[in-house]
Amino acid sequence: MERSVTVATPSGSRRSPRSGVAPQQADATVRRRRRRLIGLLVLVLVLLASVLASIAIGSKPIALADVWHALATPTGTEDDIVIGSLRVPRTMLGLVVGISLGVAGALMQGHTRNPLADPGLLGVNQGAAFAIVLSIFMLRTDDIYTLVWFGFAGALVATVAVFALGSVGRGGPTPVTLALAGAAISALLYALTSALVLLDAQSLEAFRFWRSGSLAGRDPEIVLQVLPFLVAGLVLALVNSPGLNALSLGEDVARSLGQSVMLTRVVGIAAVTLLTGAAVSACGPIGFVGLVVPHMARAITGPDYRWLLPYSGLLGAIMLLVADVVGRVVARPGELQVGIMLALVGAPFFLVLVRRRRLVRL
Amino acid sequence: MGRETSIPGRPALRVGPASWVVRLRPVLVPVIAFGLLVLAMAVNLGRGDFPIGVGDVLAVLLGGGDDTHAYIVLELRLPRALTGALVGAALALAGAITQSIARNPLASPDILGVTAGAGVGAVAVIMLGGSAGGISGGIAEFGLPAAALGGGLVAALFVFAISWQRGIDGYRLVLVGLGITAVLVAIKFYLLTLSEVADAGRAMVWITGSLNGRGWEHVTPVALALLVLVPLALFAARPLGGLQFGDDTARGLGIRVNGSRAALILIAVALAATATASAGPVEFVALATPQIAMRMAGTPQPPLLGSAVLGAALTVSADVIARTAFGVVELPAGIVTAVIGAPYLMYLLVRRYREVRT
Repeated sequence: MERSVTVATPSGSRRSPRSGVAPQQADATVRRRRRRLIGLLVLVLVLLASVLASIAIGSKPIALADVWHALATPTGTEDDIVIGSLRVPRTMLGLVVGISLGVAGALMQGHTRNPLADPGLLGVNQGAAFAIVLSIFMLRTDDIYTLVWFGFAGALVATVAVFALGSVGRGGPTPVTLALAGAAISALLYALTSALVLLDAQSLEAFRFWRSGSLAGRDPEIVLQVLPFLVAGLVLALVNSPGLNALSLGEDVARSLGQSVMLTRVVGIAAVTLLTGAAVSACGPIGFVGLVVPHMARAITGPDYRWLLPYSGLLGAIMLLVADVVGRVVARPGELQVGIMLALVGAPFFLVLVRRRRLVRL
Repeated sequence: MGRETSIPGRPALRVGPASWVVRLRPVLVPVIAFGLLVLAMAVNLGRGDFPIGVGDVLAVLLGGGDDTHAYIVLELRLPRALTGALVGAALALAGAITQSIARNPLASPDILGVTAGAGVGAVAVIMLGGSAGGISGGIAEFGLPAAALGGGLVAALFVFAISWQRGIDGYRLVLVGLGITAVLVAIKFYLLTLSEVADAGRAMVWITGSLNGRGWEHVTPVALALLVLVPLALFAARPLGGLQFGDDTARGLGIRVNGSRAALILIAVALAATATASAGPVEFVALATPQIAMRMAGTPQPPLLGSAVLGAALTVSADVIARTAFGVVELPAGIVTAVIGAPYLMYLLVRRYREVRT
């Protein structure tokens, strides 16, 4: 029993059998681990820098000394209020949403074994948005705790629908069928959402916040309200990662390694649903983070999901925050929604992926 | 379908160098579709806040009727219905051409980014050209369609250039189209944020693919474009029958493959862009209609004329539903076509992958 477990996680793990491995190979494993840890540290530092940039840079120029003053000893000056009640909540929101979208993207790519998987492209975001607007339309509520559950339901239904639709046929899901199924479901849900919104003024008012995918103008409370769901999703994702490693060898191999494929899939879909549903209820459909970030992370860490997921989370947060800051700077005195910025960066990346002669095999 | 072959039971009609195989079903499809179109138009012209009976509508159209009826039908409702019909015809024709050329039922102007590109062009004109007074006169009649045409052409160029790798692979083409569409939609929203509120409102109505508030000035560009492009398309489409056998066979049949393909794509882009300029993106008409017409007609590729007429009928019907099914609120026709068309795309995916595994 012990032995079969060690075989199930062969690469770079603490449990990797020392005996029977050539010394230089064990050495290489240790070195790779150190490199990954250092990389993680560097990413944390970059993330801290982008958090600071997001707090310090905005349409109202505030000197760094005043920023520090506002953070350390706020006394209620105008700058303190701008930073304390606008920029800090916005930055926190970007942080948690970026982490969850990055991790959700990595999970989806792992479970679909599809390099083009992304919560935005596959219609999961639109599913959550449609369910939220539907609940506003039916229940007349704007309580985030109610809405977030509908967001989960919508995300879950859309995920399952895309998988079902994309995997029809003997060969199972291919990148193309999944992407097209996602496009079809997105288009349908977007049309239905627009119809509801046009039929009903109250939904329109509430929906304006969701459609474009923006970090601006959200209620500061929202971060705290969606935080438990995001944390639960992240824990599930991390629990899921060893199983995902086995799954990436193919379902049959995973099964023969003693992995419960069904359980791994269910945990994975639950994690994706929690992360995406919560992120969308907080700030609307934001695409392309989940697509781009896992590829960047994979270039650093290799295919091991236990490292890939934390890297994706950090990179997602960095990307979202940087895109948000750039969006504030390029269109002064107004600002560009972060969803637009990300599409401008992410879509060319998608094209490069498509143009590769052979897509990355997952 | 070589020129000199004749198939028993399928008499060929020859006029000079051109020849057709005459079969009943492909001829019937446009006729039936035209009947549907007339019916949908009659309902569309009659229904509304001020219901007018079909008889009165016909009387007005034939030049009689009383003044109130004439005003409502001719000035308010007819332009809208005509725009819908023309836009639907243009989109469906464009879709039929692109699907035939790519030999792929998914290759429609919607998915290849042409409509999105036309959208960016048109929004740019509304936003940047329309100052306080808004657009009117020359810009509205000429500038908007021209900008949409330019945008559509540029988008199509990009899509083809990026997906070109020693020839065009059908699926890479579709995926590249999806990516380009995402960029273009982002640019469109960016343009919207740049603008003043009044311009943004006007652009939003346009973006949802609405036929609401269309006057005669919207009918003219599409009508003119169709008048020029449809005969051109029908003429240029003659090599399509040979092209469907693949490049080598087509060349063997004496077709100038690249030239005729480029001409057809140009025509398709022009059709889709003009339609988009006058009604906004009416989704999925270009994707679904040619396939439906093809199945109705039992032909190996989408019939051009049948697709066009059927597209007109479907768009006008969608507009009737959008206008009248939800009480006082009018939905854009684009929403109804998307709700019908998106499930159809899903059906296509399921079916295609059951039949052929690529």
